[in-house]
Amino acid sequence: MGEKKIIPIGPYHPLQEEPELFKLYCEGEIVRDIKWETGYNHRGIEKLSEQKTFDQVFFLVERICGICSTSHPFAFANAMEEIAGIEVPDRAKYIRTIIAELERIHSHLLWVGLAGHFLGYNTVFMWAWKYREPVLDLFEMITGNRNSYAMFKIGGVRRDITEAQIREIEKVMPVIKKKTDLLTGAVMDDPVIHARTKGVGILTKQDIIDYAAVGPTARASGVNIDIRMDDPYAAYPLVNWKVITAEAGDVFAKAEVRLLEMYESVTIIEQCLEKMKKEKEGETEVQVREIPEGMGTGRAEAPRGEVFHFVVTDGSNSPVRHKIRAPSYVNIATFKKSCVGQTIADATISLAAVDPCYCCTERMAVAYDLQSGRKLYNGHEIIGISQKESEIIRNRNI
Amino acid sequence: MKPEELTDTLKAGFEKDLLKLERLGERRLSAHIAPGAIVNVARFMHVHLKFRFIIASAMHTKKGIEILYHFSDDSSGNLINVQVVLDEKRPEIESLTGIFAAADWIEREMHELFGINFLNHPNLEKLLSEGNWAEGVYPYRKDK
Repeated sequence: MGEKKIIPIGPYHPLQEEPELFKLYCEGEIVRDIKWETGYNHRGIEKLSEQKTFDQVFFLVERICGICSTSHPFAFANAMEEIAGIEVPDRAKYIRTIIAELERIHSHLLWVGLAGHFLGYNTVFMWAWKYREPVLDLFEMITGNRNSYAMFKIGGVRRDITEAQIREIEKVMPVIKKKTDLLTGAVMDDPVIHARTKGVGILTKQDIIDYAAVGPTARASGVNIDIRMDDPYAAYPLVNWKVITAEAGDVFAKAEVRLLEMYESVTIIEQCLEKMKKEKEGETEVQVREIPEGMGTGRAEAPRGEVFHFVVTDGSNSPVRHKIRAPSYVNIATFKKSCVGQTIADATISLAAVDPCYCCTERMAVAYDLQSGRKLYNGHEIIGISQKESEIIRNRNI
Repeated sequence: MKPEELTDTLKAGFEKDLLKLERLGERRLSAHIAPGAIVNVARFMHVHLKFRFIIASAMHTKKGIEILYHFSDDSSGNLINVQVVLDEKRPEIESLTGIFAAADWIEREMHELFGINFLNHPNLEKLLSEGNWAEGVYPYRKDK
């Protein structure tokens, strides 16, 4: 006894949909320490951004994350509009808010499903993902895409939501509410879920402050921070809603916060739709001729917490520096607190509880020779190597 | 706390080290400080004013290597950038990991991408490219 064994989770693991390596140092069943290796997904997006025009950057940052693909363009638009001193039309504000809140609903449903799956409770997984579909259908109707909606531009939005579409969204909202009732009931009253999540992976208020964690992770530990309320943007100050918090800081509290947040999202969308009817159709953008020299910070509350974009411009048509901080970057670091002292069986749900998003955290790497600093491969060469490898495997199989 | 109050508090507390204060927007402030004062300023913001450390951004400019530490005052929505300029040839600054754990990853990332040395960081190893990147090559610098 007393010897620590390393149990790896990842980098490719059936539980995780993205690559990341966690090494759990265990003594018997208990996790004593955790270390991780990151970088499997580093794509150099901050550097790429410096080579794109402002209009192109929207499509780039939209691809940082597939699930919360609106929060990054949202924060980037906020930053750019701060630099240029632009106020977007009210109708555009409502549309931005509606898209962001629909995204929150589908992201939280996805999380509830995954959490159920991690616990071995696949009924919750099937239900949650089934009820997520109507939201994705709404996205397809409004934007043409189920994901990566390409709705944002500097000064407004790229597409309007028409009268007919408003009626469609209004029809779906009660359905989502009803299904959320059902899911909330299933999660909140289930003794198995209680037993698996209550008192598990606790993060105290001090941990949150120390690690500067954000979003539902922070709110579930009684830290009342929500950028939508604290540093209001878009249509959030124009509608009534409340920030959901819980005190316990365990996995159950995080589930509770996310489930109850979905009701708030529905309320926000319904109010926005109602107010949008009074605005003139088609007024969705202001013309932007030039972006002056300056620096701007843009924040948006993504489903996982605050997304932060810092942009420096020099009067040209692309950013000089573009720093991006996704919420998982600060939230994942809290594993050190939530997993240590737990059993291995609880480690997975504790890891999943912050809804980690690795592609957000790391935002193509080029291989260099360690001695000479010479570039070993370029993009085409890497594709070439990959094709050769496929050829070998194919021949082997024949 | 209103931005004006914050300006006065900073002026009173860090008279010597405060080089310039800029108002960037309604709820946005930028404070240029001497690099030697970063620990005191960060501690003041985090412990005394209860500000949340969002992240730090490094950038390579004509002045040298600049770091902007972004702090958020969640009670009022203000965002303050604490800006320092480091010598391009030997960029060095005290680590903030002793004040809040949130500085750990970003300091490792800045060390890796910009070659900034964070003094007294407990584990200043590469964060993103372990083992497959040349020593002394800093991809986010603008010197090529």
